[in-house]
Amino acid sequence: MKALALIATVITGILLLYGTRDFPAWGDPQSPANRHLSPYYIENAVAETHVPNVVTAVLGDYRGYDTMFETVVIFCAGMAVASVLRRNKS
Amino acid sequence: MKQRLERATGQHPGDSPIIKTSVRLLVPFVQLFGLYVIVHGHYSPGGGFQGGVALGASFILLALAYDLKTSIRHFSEGANAVLANTGALIYTGVAALCAVMGGLFLDYSALDKLIPLGPIEWRSFGIFLVEVGVGLAVMSIMVSLFWDISSGGEMDEGL
Amino acid sequence: MDGMLQEVVAKYNYWIYVVLMMIGFYAMIGKRNLVKKLLGMNIFQTAIILFFVSTGVKRGGGIPILDKYKVLAEGIDPTQIVNPLPHVLMLTAIVVSVSVTGVALAVMQRIHREYGTLEEDEILERISE
Repeated sequence: MKALALIATVITGILLLYGTRDFPAWGDPQSPANRHLSPYYIENAVAETHVPNVVTAVLGDYRGYDTMFETVVIFCAGMAVASVLRRNKS
Repeated sequence: MKQRLERATGQHPGDSPIIKTSVRLLVPFVQLFGLYVIVHGHYSPGGGFQGGVALGASFILLALAYDLKTSIRHFSEGANAVLANTGALIYTGVAALCAVMGGLFLDYSALDKLIPLGPIEWRSFGIFLVEVGVGLAVMSIMVSLFWDISSGGEMDEGL
Repeated sequence: MDGMLQEVVAKYNYWIYVVLMMIGFYAMIGKRNLVKKLLGMNIFQTAIILFFVSTGVKRGGGIPILDKYKVLAEGIDPTQIVNPLPHVLMLTAIVVSVSVTGVALAVMQRIHREYGTLEEDEILERISE
């Protein structure tokens, strides 16, 4: 069983290492991840929200839904832990 | 469970006056730093999540240095539940208020009709309101996660 | 030789993340203990978080906290600032990972209370009894 797991791990690792061949180089300003959406945020976040920290501006305003459901997720986690562990006191 | 009970009734392994005194001195500064991280999130690295975790860590530190009872005495279970709900409610409430005031859901510039600050300034201030809600929710959920997991849901004796 | 060295310098961070991810993957599928599986999942998540943050790096780029009045007056060149989007996504991912770890630990404590063990095969034995 352990040997099977090790073989699966090694094969997956080799496939992923092969996949990194097509990745953009580290620190490349022209990589696809850096060209598509983020220049808009960097150029316009300060003018549109007056928040110097772009991460906060994107987190709280442009991706507000993301952060809202994030809060809901952590709230649900707290409720889940309480309902799984706490016993009735009476 | 039995081991834990035996250990809890006897002398605490980490029970030392040095740790207790230094934690008692440290906790207010940790909380002040947490508030600073939440409020200053617009101008420096930080925000609701990080500041909330720092605030929660102060109570967890209290529970580790003293015991679970002390931390519950300073931050009661009821207050914990109320703050967690308030945090989530502040976020969704601000978002819904934007929709009620005639804008889109989560479009803070619509709140300009309520207090005329200017739509762009409202977008900045709306992020602050939301971050406060996130900070409250994260703080109380972190503390309650620690209480529940360290005491097995009993809320009497922790680590 | 020079080209190969350049390839190594450009890609070695991805290789490190793949190795880290495979350590977590092996812990998740190879280990029998539930706590070890959970730790493996945490290592896996850490590898993904590091990978995402590293995709946002720009060589010589500054932090995404700008000078407000300067930007309002004269604008900014996006190639000089690192990509803030992966930072935002990974901030939420970290919080989700904390929540998942908390819920998993709670469920494990409940399993231990019910069956007295956290070893997978022993739990299966006790369930079938």
